[in-house]
Amino acid sequence: MSAQPNRLAAGGQVERGRPLAFTFNGRRYQGLAGDSLASALLANDVHLVGRSFKYHRPRGILSAGAEEPTGLVQLGEGGRTEPNLRTTQIELYDGLVATSQNCWPGVQLDLGALNNLASPLLPAGFYYKTFMWPPAFWQPVYERLIRRAAGLGRAPVLPDPDRYEHRHAHCDVLVVGGGPAGLMAGLAAARSGARVILADEQPALGGALLAEPAAHPGQAWRQEVLAELAGFEDTRLLPRTTAFAYYDHNYLCLVERVTDHLGPAAPPQLPRQRLWKVRARQVVLATGAIERPLAFAQNDRPGIMLAGAVRRYLHGYGVRPGRRAVVFTNNDSAYATALDLAEAGAEVTVVDLRPQAEGALPAAAAQAGIACRAGHGIVATEGGQRVKAVICARLSADGTRIEGARERIPADLVCVSGGWNPTIHLHSQSRGRPVYDPERGCFLPGLPVQAERSAGACAGEFGLAACLAAGAAAGAAAAEAAGFRASPPDWPAELASPAEAPARLLWQLPAAKPEARAKQFVDLQNDVTAADIRLALREGYASIEHVKRYTTTGMGTDQGKTSNVVALGIVAELTGQPIGELGVTTFRPPYTPVPFGAIVGRNCGPLFEPVRRTPMDAWHEAAGAVFEAVGQWRRPWYYPRPGESMATAVAREVTATRAAIGLLDASTLGKIDLQGPDTAEFLNRIYSNGWSKLEVGRCRYGLMLGEDGMVFDDGVTARLGEQHFLMSTTSGGAARVLAWLEEWLQTEWPELKVYCTSVTEQWATLSLSGPRTRELVALLAPEFDLDPQHFPHMSVREGTIDGVPARLFRISFTGELGYEIQVPARYGLALWARCMALGEPFGLTPFGTEAMHVLRAEKGYIIVGQETDGTTTPGDLGLDRLVGRKKPDFLGKRSLARADMGRADRKQLVGLLPRASEDLLEEGAQLVADPNQTPPMAMIGHVTSSYRSPSLGRSFALAMVQGGRARLGETLFVPMPDRMVAVTVTEPVFVDPEGERLHG
Amino acid sequence: MPFALLKHALRRPPAAEAYWPQPGELGQSYDVVIIGAGGHGLAAAYYLAREHGIKRVAVLDKGYLGGGNTGRNTTIIRANYLTPEGVAFYKESVELFRTLSAELDLNLMYSERGHLTLAHTDAAVRTARWRAEVNQHLGVDSSLVDPDEIARICPQLNLSRAVRYPILGALYHPPGAIARHDAVAWGYARAAARLGVELHPQTEVTGLVIERGRVSAVETSRGRIQAGKVLQAVAGSSSLVAGMAGLKLPIRTVPLQACVSQPLKPFLDTIIVSGSLHVYVSQSARGELVMGGSTDPYPLYATRSSLEFKEGLMGPMLELFPFLAEVKVLRQWAGMADMTPDFSPVMGLTPIENYFIDAGWGTWGFKATPVSGKRMAECVATGRQPALLEPFALERFERVELVGEKGAASVGH
Ligand SMILES: Cc1cc2nc3c(=O)[nH]c(=O)nc-3n(C[C@H](O)[C@H](O)[C@H](O)COP(=O)(O)OP(=O)(O)OC[C@H]3O[C@@H](n4cnc5c(N)ncnc54)[C@H](O)[C@@H]3O)c2cc1C
Repeated sequence: MSAQPNRLAAGGQVERGRPLAFTFNGRRYQGLAGDSLASALLANDVHLVGRSFKYHRPRGILSAGAEEPTGLVQLGEGGRTEPNLRTTQIELYDGLVATSQNCWPGVQLDLGALNNLASPLLPAGFYYKTFMWPPAFWQPVYERLIRRAAGLGRAPVLPDPDRYEHRHAHCDVLVVGGGPAGLMAGLAAARSGARVILADEQPALGGALLAEPAAHPGQAWRQEVLAELAGFEDTRLLPRTTAFAYYDHNYLCLVERVTDHLGPAAPPQLPRQRLWKVRARQVVLATGAIERPLAFAQNDRPGIMLAGAVRRYLHGYGVRPGRRAVVFTNNDSAYATALDLAEAGAEVTVVDLRPQAEGALPAAAAQAGIACRAGHGIVATEGGQRVKAVICARLSADGTRIEGARERIPADLVCVSGGWNPTIHLHSQSRGRPVYDPERGCFLPGLPVQAERSAGACAGEFGLAACLAAGAAAGAAAAEAAGFRASPPDWPAELASPAEAPARLLWQLPAAKPEARAKQFVDLQNDVTAADIRLALREGYASIEHVKRYTTTGMGTDQGKTSNVVALGIVAELTGQPIGELGVTTFRPPYTPVPFGAIVGRNCGPLFEPVRRTPMDAWHEAAGAVFEAVGQWRRPWYYPRPGESMATAVAREVTATRAAIGLLDASTLGKIDLQGPDTAEFLNRIYSNGWSKLEVGRCRYGLMLGEDGMVFDDGVTARLGEQHFLMSTTSGGAARVLAWLEEWLQTEWPELKVYCTSVTEQWATLSLSGPRTRELVALLAPEFDLDPQHFPHMSVREGTIDGVPARLFRISFTGELGYEIQVPARYGLALWARCMALGEPFGLTPFGTEAMHVLRAEKGYIIVGQETDGTTTPGDLGLDRLVGRKKPDFLGKRSLARADMGRADRKQLVGLLPRASEDLLEEGAQLVADPNQTPPMAMIGHVTSSYRSPSLGRSFALAMVQGGRARLGETLFVPMPDRMVAVTVTEPVFVDPEGERLHG
Repeated sequence: MPFALLKHALRRPPAAEAYWPQPGELGQSYDVVIIGAGGHGLAAAYYLAREHGIKRVAVLDKGYLGGGNTGRNTTIIRANYLTPEGVAFYKESVELFRTLSAELDLNLMYSERGHLTLAHTDAAVRTARWRAEVNQHLGVDSSLVDPDEIARICPQLNLSRAVRYPILGALYHPPGAIARHDAVAWGYARAAARLGVELHPQTEVTGLVIERGRVSAVETSRGRIQAGKVLQAVAGSSSLVAGMAGLKLPIRTVPLQACVSQPLKPFLDTIIVSGSLHVYVSQSARGELVMGGSTDPYPLYATRSSLEFKEGLMGPMLELFPFLAEVKVLRQWAGMADMTPDFSPVMGLTPIENYFIDAGWGTWGFKATPVSGKRMAECVATGRQPALLEPFALERFERVELVGEKGAASVGH
């Protein structure tokens, strides 16, 4: 373990007494508590961190924050590892292990760098133009290579053992960003009594102040404000928390890194990350600004960093990233870096694009004896895995050419500033439209669309006093708008920064040589250069969107935070269009990439769509039922007895039901309670059949159609009272149907007074069928009058069973005499057990969904989604009688009225009997009329349901067949992989076509 | 880098020749005006010029070329549909795609990765078998495979039985492919422009001039142009533009979202679709996981992205690939899907003379870009509905002869 050559003797917010060991690319290093991985690496003079996407050029650390395009690593090892993490935002912990990405065998010697030699062959859009010939080589050869070269980090291979949580929160004022403006805004709002949340992605609050020296008066002020904020009960400070999305109605999502910084030492009771879903009355965006690089020649070597970031390393971490520094700038702010570096003992030269540097900071630099080359630019750099020197030269007045001699300045650190881009991402996500300010040379937030205001550097205020003032005003205004009395807080007068002279915007810079000119990088991660942008424009890609897509600028993990505006500037210069007219791309969530795990939270593994169980589930389980998933429900599929196969169990259940009594748990069927004076009218419109004449106490089977006249759902609906109906839906369709009802009620028929409530889980349903059912029900529910005269098929009665409120329906889905009993869910299990006990003498047999399918298919009852596929009309199913043609209107009526709806060659429901009674057809199998075809074959229908029927003693099927009803008696064929099965077309009802058993 | 490639690259240094000329003045009149410079409009223009010799063609777009759904889609290309009509149609598109890079002299990065539609329920197995049968009967490579076979095709999938919805089987379609969406638009645009077609981005169509049941001119944000024939190919704006022609379409427009992860070293070769879990994923040539699901529930003309979508997507993603929890979502976006009731497109003649429509592409139209372009060009040139497009005519809704593809298109675009 080596000493930390770049660590200053004092300064920074690191804990000098707490050294931490870490490993990078297999080598052990030491850092300090409070370091980021980036600062710890820089302290150890490690600049080379990774390789770029396309050319595998050496890449270092550019920034100190979320904008980092190149200082990326793979964190952790083995199966549990995280790719593409920004070293600038990884907090160091003891034992941290990180490796470089996108290089092989290692970051120092990377064979992929051979691409760099070929880089003249690989300009923008190179994929599209090359790898083409010979065409047969594309997929087997070139594409394989491209795929091998793709990607940055590696996906983990083991499941993530960590936990992620979701938390909902409401507040009056949400402040995003904890720099001077954000702290001020938070203070103003908190003092007013508003509920405040203040979030910042850094581990410490302070924003730009974190890059100021300890002696800066802002530090004391910051501590005071933080102490005061901590005292408010309704103020929540969330460091390490990134607001990554701004949705409608002031709904923002934040991700808090709860234990990432602790590494393996994280206490197990804490989640790794927490996703905050915040509804804020008012939002103050104080998200600061991101420094812009300059697209000079060979600007990509490790050791070339953003000037502001260097200050952050100096003052935040006590790290001086180099000893001989060149500061290259177009504005005043970088002079602060020059001064601080000089103060920290570095040799410093400033290269300023402006012909004169006359602000207060340049003056101070001159006074401190720092050499300055005004009107100069860097036109080349030297170095391999670390910058060694820069070549600078005087530029022509218009900045396009080199004038005069070139000067070589040795340097191991280059600090760059091309000005600042306000961080307007969240404003743009909130649907604000950023506007370009030519004066300040940057995009500013436009008019707010939501209850939101931007303050400080993110609104283009770059001076400290201006930020404080803007934050104070925004915080107070937000609190006022949220209904509180607020006033802007004061701040100490010494909190000011020197006035700055304007920057000089030169988007393209001259280069010493053509090779150097080819290496003016705009997007450091994706290897997009100014030359690539020029090429794209020459090739006709005039729109900025095209340039981005063609060159891949801004498509990397950094989402173009440092490259997008530079690219825009170059396009503007080349096309002569004002930058503001090119438009900035709309920013979309997320602001920084968010882990899948955080988005999912606890809704994974056993909690991913939790299993829905009926009240009688425990009984089924104890009875040894085999279960089947039906939507989110689990339902007994069949109840095998010891030694029974599925087929024998199902046959036994079917036979018992037809011969005696069967019992089915039907609790999963959707139940929607409908009340209100217009319910009958509503049903009339929603269902294809008529409902107004249905008497209280009666039930009716109904078909629901889409506007296209196609069957959408079905079920029995009962009239419990004049204004009260209970609708049942398919088990899988319950939620869809409720949404459908609500959509029509809320958007098309708001005049109807109907209230829909889902009561599926409130009631348990026991469905009894079979010839002896009435006898059993008489014992079970003695209070009910079961006399068929008084209680005919398709009726409902309310009463009590054992003192418990109950609904008794006389309905059937098996074709047998049937009753359904509904009791409040918590009595379901008890009633089921009693029913089983009472039913014993009758041979009562519980049956599962498979027997139910057989029973209903034997009777020719359809299942929506099995016999239907969204293109099936009631007529196709032989259910024309369920279409109330005389009704004034219903969903689907107009479509059904079309003449073609009645065409005889539509696919119609029929039965099929395979020639050989043992042959079981495959569901989904296709039917052909002519067995002697080869592909492409003319298919005239398909099998929808196919079972062995114990009642018929043979196999049978239901099918949808073109003009099927006219084909009764015909022979059709089902081509199977190994043979051709002949089938006879029949009526679809195989059991009791007259319905005697049903009405008995 | 292979030697052959190097040699080729050295012999033909990438020319900085313009893909298409800078947009010029709008002409007074054209033989054919195409509204919409997405893949479909551009392809139709190309085939009109190349196969029918009609070169006085203008393609207009309110935005930039390929900036609509073409530039937002997740590029799944396949022919394993459900209806014989659908399978025959998409099969032709897959065949055209296979040679398209060579034809357009642009690498579209067409990549046959194999396509698995997972079935987690009996009903899904039934649909998969149905599709496999139809596909095989029409000569499309597609079959029902069991979990062991799935494990061989895509070992990364979580095939444990001890999960919420175990994978019971899958429809396997080896020719399933992905491609680079922008390149398809650019390739057609460049090829069309070289044949003399005019491309006019930033030119919005605001009205249509229809006299006695016949279209004669197009109103645009840059003035009126006379048009012999007009083809609309505007996907998400289909109902709006058809409305200008007085046509009411059986289409509802809903947002469709998608997202990508950060670039990762490729580990997933196959395209994976799960209809039951409402999710699909493939890994692009850049290494990004490209992910999507079903459409948003309600009609809306907007392309904003929502948290609900991400939540609905990532849960199932982790069910299928539990090791991805630490991988991050990088970008999320949306397009507008013009959904027909039967999940099949609308193509061909309209009741208005000389007015042609190419719409109803919903969530599945990228794969059809070559075939729809080619056949719509034929339709416009001849004034007759080509046989392949017969089942997709607008009047099928009058005849109620729907081409029901919901079972094959609602999630697995
Ligand atoms: C997120 C998402 C994922 C998808 N995934 C897939 C997939 O995996 N596989 C697949 O096959 N399909 C997929 N699709 C569907 C596919 O993208 C579209 O069906 C297809 O791209 C449509 O192409 P197009 O050329 O018809 O339309 P577009 O590309 O949308 O082009 C229409 C053009 O019309 C222009 N326009 C509109 N109105 C006017 C006007 N008034 N005047 C002038 N111009 C106008 C628009 O600006 C636009 O450029 C997906 C779609 C989305 C949104």
